[in-house]
Amino acid sequence: MNHFTRRKLITTGIVAAAGVTGLGAAERIARRYGLIPPDGSGLYGPGETLTYAAQRLITTHSLAREFPRSMISAKPFANELAPPSAEFKTLQAGGFAGWRLVVDGMVDHPLALSLADLRSMPVRSQITEVVCEEGWSYVAEWIGTPLSNVLNEAGLHPNVRYIVYRSIQPEIWESIDMADALHPQTFLTLGMNDGDLPVGFGGPLRLRLPRQLGYKSVKFVTRLTATDSMKKIGNGLGSADPDYGYAWYAGI
Amino acid sequence: MDTPRHTALVRVTHWLTVIAFAALLVTGLEIVISHPRFYWGETGNVNMRPLFSLPLPTSRDTIDNGFGSHMPDQNGWSRALHFQAAWLLVFTALVYGIASLLNGHFRRNLVPVPGQRSLRAHLQRIGQYLHRSPPTADESGSYNVLQRTAYLSVIFVLFPLVIWTGLALSPAFNAAFPFFVDVLGGRQSARTLHFFLTWALVLFFVVHIAMIAISGFWSRTRAMITGRAAAPPISRLPEERP
Repeated sequence: MNHFTRRKLITTGIVAAAGVTGLGAAERIARRYGLIPPDGSGLYGPGETLTYAAQRLITTHSLAREFPRSMISAKPFANELAPPSAEFKTLQAGGFAGWRLVVDGMVDHPLALSLADLRSMPVRSQITEVVCEEGWSYVAEWIGTPLSNVLNEAGLHPNVRYIVYRSIQPEIWESIDMADALHPQTFLTLGMNDGDLPVGFGGPLRLRLPRQLGYKSVKFVTRLTATDSMKKIGNGLGSADPDYGYAWYAGI
Repeated sequence: MDTPRHTALVRVTHWLTVIAFAALLVTGLEIVISHPRFYWGETGNVNMRPLFSLPLPTSRDTIDNGFGSHMPDQNGWSRALHFQAAWLLVFTALVYGIASLLNGHFRRNLVPVPGQRSLRAHLQRIGQYLHRSPPTADESGSYNVLQRTAYLSVIFVLFPLVIWTGLALSPAFNAAFPFFVDVLGGRQSARTLHFFLTWALVLFFVVHIAMIAISGFWSRTRAMITGRAAAPPISRLPEERP
């Protein structure tokens, strides 16, 4: 072996060793600071983790773009009809007076809130864009109470890391980390464009999450659960999305 | 007798870029068929008039292009692979870009040499191609002015723009850096530009492959794999031209 190839071999070895050590250290740091998503393993785990970690480091406190009233879409697209379930129809016939938002899990005071209870909380509005992973989008005004108001009333335990939220459609459930759960633009939405939230757009109650794609803004929300780990919930991957091949984190 | 042609850095980053680009192209087109309509401005959906619409069968029942929704819906893994390949592309570009600035690859091999930086020099080289003149001896071991300009355009214009317009489709990125989407004319404009930039890269790819096929596909491919090329041939005499 001549001098040149020996040097090359040693250099390559050092670089490889540094790379493996660096990756190991990066993984430990990422885990410690909560930068690994619940679905951050598997074939696409590296990409999901890089996207989630990078966006968490850069965008944690940033606000989604808000638009002037003149940019509200004249014809927003509802995408899906209301769930045809008998349970939903019964609630709808009663003007949703019987609709309850259950708050449970790692909270001091479990709650069961009616829509009137939610309306009595500080209500705010935002004019933000709904962005679908298919590529289309629209802008609307969303009126509701920030999710943080409800979480504060329930009293979160200090080690809560995720808020799970469920639709009246049992197969649809999601979760978000605390950066999104406590974000001022994360709304429990009751109204849209100065009226009640239409059923086609998720009425009577939709969780709006304007910094992530539309599929995280679950319609017909009935339950919030505070937890410190997603491992024991459902598929253990943070949401129903991985069941359909979709990412838990949808900031991109 | 072989002569050195491409450094290990150029070869490795070249093939990593090929892998990333292939994955991005296939998954990107796969995502497009879930909504093959393009708009200009901030918003766009099926209730709005598109800038243009591709006459393709779709993978979602939100759009009926007259084909029905016949294509299988593959957006889940397509999105995951698209972003994973984008990360590979970004890391590869960073390694290649920083190393090439430091080791002089850009300066030495890609910036057109003095005296060749004019439009006339480019037109002259195009004329040479059109006349199918064999390369001159000083070109055999390096890139000519058209190659240099094409490679620099891809590296410093098309790839940065396609990454920028792609990031401008991320709602979280836009929250942190609204300027980068607003300056493009809005979210849907960014999506349309992302689509056209893809075709600009595909055009480069097609020409790149065609030129390699003309100049000797296997010898050029071998050079990009092993780093070595056959010694430059002695320029043929004019009467030997085909």
